[in-house]
Amino acid sequence: MLVSNLEVVPGKRIQKHLGLVQGSSVRAKHVGRDIMASLKNVFGGELKGYTELLQESRQEAYDRMLEQAQAAGANAVLNIRFSTSSISAGAAELFAYGTAVVME
Amino acid sequence: MLDLIVFISLLAMGYGFGRYSESKHYISIRKREKQLNAIPAIASRIPPHGNPNFDSHLVSGSVVISVDYFKRFIAGLRNIVGGRVSTYETLLDRARREAILRMKEDAQQRGAEMVFNIKLETASIHKGQRGAIGSVEVLAYGTALIPNT
Repeated sequence: MLVSNLEVVPGKRIQKHLGLVQGSSVRAKHVGRDIMASLKNVFGGELKGYTELLQESRQEAYDRMLEQAQAAGANAVLNIRFSTSSISAGAAELFAYGTAVVME
Repeated sequence: MLDLIVFISLLAMGYGFGRYSESKHYISIRKREKQLNAIPAIASRIPPHGNPNFDSHLVSGSVVISVDYFKRFIAGLRNIVGGRVSTYETLLDRARREAILRMKEDAQQRGAEMVFNIKLETASIHKGQRGAIGSVEVLAYGTALIPNT
């Protein structure tokens, strides 16, 4: 499966367009990390726990998107975009979307 | 009275530790930026040489970074008089540069020559009292060109 944020891949022709595929994941922070984070809010600096948490959930959103693309019979996903939104005080939504295509 | 003491000690700790970690972070950013200068990262949507002898791979890097108590207090004061909030500017500057560096490190591990079509995504993930920014997440992603051997 070729995954890229390009719109066109040089040297390869798109044979079939299968439409938009997407995956999302909503994660809440857990208490242990929250305590560390509120300490860091005084001292400043990187919140490693949150970085990992968001990376994990972004990976999950990405995997869900790929599952959807596979189910549609695609062999590539192009023009991928990521987006993050905080939907409530303790939770964030990670969203990945792209165009599923069949390439030669 | 006790509240005031707690407040002032929080301010002092934020100022001290915040400054220390920021200057340490900037030193490490500059050092790694020099090391990774060999891998250019550009925002162009189309690869500069349309050479089919390259594999492409999606690479990304992200960081969550928090502002300290002192800076948030200063930013709160800024909200009254208006103007540039330089304390948040350095926060976002550090976060963007760090995210791009992590993306480049990812690209380097895959043996890439350059990264193009870079997109940056910023989200404020933690809001403090009265909607003050607590921490921001920056994600950088792009397509790495890996020479096809």
